[in-house]
Amino acid sequence: MINIGIVDHGAGNLVSIANAVRAVGAKPGVMRSPEGFGSVDALVLPGVGATAPAMSRLTASGMVPALSAWDGPLLGICVGFQLLFDNSDEDGQACLGLIGGSVRPIAGRPIPHMGWNDVSHSMDPLFADIPDREPFYFAHSFAPVPTDEAHIIATADYGQRFVGAARFGNRVGVQFHPERSGIAGLRLLSNFVAGVRESARVA
Amino acid sequence: MLRKRVIPCLDVAGDRVVKGVQFVDITDAGDPVALASRYAAEGADEICILDITASLEDRSTLLDVVTRIAATVNIPLTVGGGIRSVDDMRDVLRAGADKVAVNSAAAERPRLLEECAETFGRQCVVLAIDAKRSTTSSWSVLTHGGRRPTSLSAVDWARDGSRLGAGEILLTSIDQDGTKSGYDLDLLGAVKAAVEVPVVASGGAGSTSDMVAAFRWGKADAVLAASIFHNETTTVAAVKRSLALAGIDVRTESLVSWP
Repeated sequence: MINIGIVDHGAGNLVSIANAVRAVGAKPGVMRSPEGFGSVDALVLPGVGATAPAMSRLTASGMVPALSAWDGPLLGICVGFQLLFDNSDEDGQACLGLIGGSVRPIAGRPIPHMGWNDVSHSMDPLFADIPDREPFYFAHSFAPVPTDEAHIIATADYGQRFVGAARFGNRVGVQFHPERSGIAGLRLLSNFVAGVRESARVA
Repeated sequence: MLRKRVIPCLDVAGDRVVKGVQFVDITDAGDPVALASRYAAEGADEICILDITASLEDRSTLLDVVTRIAATVNIPLTVGGGIRSVDDMRDVLRAGADKVAVNSAAAERPRLLEECAETFGRQCVVLAIDAKRSTTSSWSVLTHGGRRPTSLSAVDWARDGSRLGAGEILLTSIDQDGTKSGYDLDLLGAVKAAVEVPVVASGGAGSTSDMVAAFRWGKADAVLAASIFHNETTTVAAVKRSLALAGIDVRTESLVSWP
């Protein structure tokens, strides 16, 4: 059984991601401090919340250095994806700096960008068996701009093209909510878990 | 391309779904978990759960209903009814809601919208407005399930509320609610012109053509409907097929296989 640690940064809905992790055959556990990191195969940095309260909660719980030191698979979702970058225009906040780049406001209106939008993706294994332009559920006003475009593995259009997903080695993130994106979202989470299983086997 | 959303709404009292006409004459419409799971399977883009009793005594029942629905479906859930504080909002999010709708408490104390947005981000905060037509081009806000008048104009309140922190407006026409005679397109158009956030049209859905009108003429970002789905006049899947044929960009059946 693959153990997935869901990092609690204080803002709320961890239930949906835990339910979805269970649905794809892995075991979720909630991480409120770095102590639990040693007993999980991968981490998920979930999506609900605002940047500044999330970063202060991560700092207070001692999880910032532990996340920087984590070299196993890591999946960031929505705000959790944005936290992986250097800094965010939301609240002018410094973030984790695990992937080079900044988080900027998106161009489209109405804002927030709320609902199901088509995602164009590359050949990344995270999107295995998912057709190009499959819609996923978004709810956000900001999106990351990676310094190195080679990290971009998916984009979506809203006013202009923005980054829907990025990967830097074991660190991957999606701007949409796979745990709320129906069948396509479960397939994506299942692909993530398959990658975790693979890296656990190799290790 | 951002798709137009179709949102079935479950008005709940205790652990049952109910339905009224113009906010009165309440009748039983089924089990919330069974209905939510049927709608999700039919292709609903989101589920809205509104506790019409909005009472503190029923709060634990509501949280239990939300928990059970969140464990059953994996599409977004908006939950509202009796949300008075950041702590109330946190409880509902922890139970599995993705967005929380505030209504009466925000009309009484607008700063609540700022507090919720600062804590959870504005994408979590929905301002629910129950509007009643007062002249041909003005609408007033009613609170407490449509029972209490206010001095607020619905269009002004939508604009002010979205500036304070609401990331979406759930706009219900009390005049049209449960009548199945179409959304209030004038109200919808006036609110859309006043705000930058998405607007969900509610109250009056009787047919797919009402939804087409709400999208095309009212510029709605999403439509909400209850009775036509609960009483099986139609299904979410049939509605979305008709909307697609009418040229509305809705999310249709996924080609992804699962499990």
